[in-house]
Amino acid sequence: MNDSKADGDDRAANSNRNTTRLKIWTAAWVMTTAIAAFGAKLVWDFAPLPTIGAQFLNLGAGVGMIIATCRYVQGLDELQQMIFLQAGAITLGVGLVVGLSYDLLEDVRLIAFEPEISHLVMLMCLTFLLATIVGHWRYR
Amino acid sequence: MKNRLKVLRAERDWTQAQLAAELEVSRQTINAIEKGKFDPSLPLAFKAARLFGLSIEEIFQDEATP
Repeated sequence: MNDSKADGDDRAANSNRNTTRLKIWTAAWVMTTAIAAFGAKLVWDFAPLPTIGAQFLNLGAGVGMIIATCRYVQGLDELQQMIFLQAGAITLGVGLVVGLSYDLLEDVRLIAFEPEISHLVMLMCLTFLLATIVGHWRYR
Repeated sequence: MKNRLKVLRAERDWTQAQLAAELEVSRQTINAIEKGKFDPSLPLAFKAARLFGLSIEEIFQDEATP
């Protein structure tokens, strides 16, 4: 048991490092998304070069966020990975089923407005959050 | 699956956090295994067996086994 505290500290430090890395990449992705979305309209008046640059910047930050997420998941232990995987599967299912139904609503004229992708993203975020909380509650 | 993890841990006067650190998992995982809510993977079961100096069968038992 002599090394257990060191092992635990290593694991905690590694987990904190992965979480911090994921937070930074997520913040970068959100910021570059905002720049890509509003920059062309509000700052450089749809000039092609900065618009393309902003899109590539956003794509790069997105790739970074995906890699950071993979490292974060690899750093979790097997129970936490299972909870993450189940939450991801539920989110994928809800996103696919509700997303397609939501898109169909306009086609069959049940709603008058055009379905927004942001609504689907919000639903998926809330679903993942709820599924993760329930997962942790189940194995508490 | 039943297990004797809680008993073995108590015999050595270890906390869940200490055992978790030793097995390189979270305290939540140890708690879930002890309560029978989560079955560990084979590598984790081997690691626990090595730590306690026992065989896997001496720690984990199939519920169907009499």
